[in-house]
Amino acid sequence: MEKFEKLHGIAAPMPLVNIDTDMIIPKIFLKTIKRSGLGVNLFDEMRYDREGNEIEDFVLNKPQYREAEILVAGDNFGCGSSREHAPWAIADFGIKCVISTSFADIFFNNCFKNGILPIVLPQEQVDLLMKDAEKGANARMTVDLEAQEITTSDGEVIPFNVDAFKKHCLLNGLDDIGLTMEKAGAIENYESKMSQERPWV
Amino acid sequence: MSPKTLYDKIWDAHVAHESEDGTCLLYIDRHLVHEVTSPQAFEGLRMAGRKVHSPEKTIAVPDHNVPTTAGREDPAQMTEESRIQVEALDKNAKEFGVHYYPVSDIRQGIVHIVGPEQGWTLPGMTVVCGDSHTATHGAFGALAHGIGTSEVEHVLATQTLIQKKSKNMKVEITGKLKPGVTAKDITLAVIGETGTAGGTGYVIEYCGEAIRDLSMEGRMTVCNMAIEGGARAGLIAPDETTFEYVKGRPHAPKGAQWEAALNWWKTLYTDEGAHFDKVVTLKGEDIQPVVTWGTSPEDVLPITATVPSPEDFTGGKVEAARRALDYMGLTPGQKLTDIQIDTVFIGSCTNGRIEDLRAVAEVVKGKKIKDGMRAMIVPGSGLVRAQAEEEGLADIFKEAGFEWRLAGCSMCLAMNPDQLSEGERCAATSNRNFEGRQGYKGRTHLVSPAMAAAAAITGHLTDVRELM
Repeated sequence: MEKFEKLHGIAAPMPLVNIDTDMIIPKIFLKTIKRSGLGVNLFDEMRYDREGNEIEDFVLNKPQYREAEILVAGDNFGCGSSREHAPWAIADFGIKCVISTSFADIFFNNCFKNGILPIVLPQEQVDLLMKDAEKGANARMTVDLEAQEITTSDGEVIPFNVDAFKKHCLLNGLDDIGLTMEKAGAIENYESKMSQERPWV
Repeated sequence: MSPKTLYDKIWDAHVAHESEDGTCLLYIDRHLVHEVTSPQAFEGLRMAGRKVHSPEKTIAVPDHNVPTTAGREDPAQMTEESRIQVEALDKNAKEFGVHYYPVSDIRQGIVHIVGPEQGWTLPGMTVVCGDSHTATHGAFGALAHGIGTSEVEHVLATQTLIQKKSKNMKVEITGKLKPGVTAKDITLAVIGETGTAGGTGYVIEYCGEAIRDLSMEGRMTVCNMAIEGGARAGLIAPDETTFEYVKGRPHAPKGAQWEAALNWWKTLYTDEGAHFDKVVTLKGEDIQPVVTWGTSPEDVLPITATVPSPEDFTGGKVEAARRALDYMGLTPGQKLTDIQIDTVFIGSCTNGRIEDLRAVAEVVKGKKIKDGMRAMIVPGSGLVRAQAEEEGLADIFKEAGFEWRLAGCSMCLAMNPDQLSEGERCAATSNRNFEGRQGYKGRTHLVSPAMAAAAAITGHLTDVRELM
């Protein structure tokens, strides 16, 4: 997995609440057996008309946000399905960090598995970052995972929380399966104990 | 020892390893797999030269993509991409040696209906699947939730998940339900109360007399939509209703093991005085047959209400409501019962079980669906379909004018040929009314099976109590 350390980039504002996984990547694009190539269909139904032409006033179609690497979004981002195609599409587009007041649990976890940093902040601070993002391409934000700080284009610093283990994995680009396999002994012990206690499982 | 919740007990029984920071390796008893979220996970194993850790605890079935019309064995009925996904599952199931119910097997169906039906899902288990509606299995007092594809690969490789414990939330439904009110109305009413983010970070335990009174089918409907309330998992403590349902199923324990299992299952309840981080209480008798008007499952109102106005809301919801009304083609103040319906979809992991079909039959028996109505009933599994035929329900449906389909996810998510066209309005027993969920620009109203049946007869959203 790609490491996430420090990001200095354009933030796109998407204030709509409850942006669900069907909006992020409609199901017709789930019929792939690959992880890559979904970025072009990110937010497909909001981004293109039925003929496949770009809808001009959709945020990521505006010239100033086409290279966005950060998304500042409304409450409850990523609700709905467990489809990892949602973070795959976001990462494939080039977005590495999403900021909101809350995320759906499964989506939140899926982000970390794909080198995306989801940041939860209080409403007031998300509002402030939303305003900063609305300034466009000349106003770049900095997200520093090591220091756990966001710096706005005006130099205002906003600290954020992140789970220590998830931070460690993201900073070092670690593969969860490899880490777990180092604990194979504990899993084996559990299994042999359970074959006595709950043999019907 | 301090009193524990049901969630605490199941969690504690599955921790294989705990790190100092509280991150746990949670052991997974059952891993359900379908064709959409698994191909990249199997591919990952293959590339790393890894095997499936416990193929005997892994159960695969294709459901999302499969057509539900006769003659579906013919690959030409599927799009090229769908066929590739289903074929990939065929191949992966064989190569990695997991249990498999192919399309040709009568036991095939929606993964969350097949698991309980075959006795794979048992009380006190941990159950995961690359599908958010895995919450369904919580009806058995199993800790069950959806996972992403990276986690599918993790479970395949290690039979564990890296987890931190969620918070505990209690949702109590007191008293009795009124006639015409069903499990679907309970679960929608709860989401209407808490919002779609209300359960985020929590595992919900549903309890109270109205929950106890539900059949297993009804309990599965309630837990199924825990995820629409934001909670990864919903739980109901197992009781005699649960044990009765499980007993004798193909993969349920037998003989002495049954007795041993039963002894443990009977300890799976929340202790008196255990701590919940959040408590929501609804009175069963206050719940009415409900319907969604918008594009979020929290947009719930009693069928007797009128379409709301964006000004009825605050914050970000004002804009969301405006967008939803525009998408749904509705006007504030319009009576919900005046909304004309083009299509009725009955099925899905929420409401595709035998009891749901019986509820539909009760409403439509001897009646005809409205002229021009497109109405389909899609049983949740081949066995549900067979049972409905044996009970004579299928004949009632066909005589009323419904299409009687084969098992699959069908129009719940439009990944297969069953889709809404632009502007088509559907009363659906499924779980999500998101924009585009049932087809590009399709309009979805979520309802119970009885309410869907009523709409099919009258041609508009209808209070089922008027037909009873």
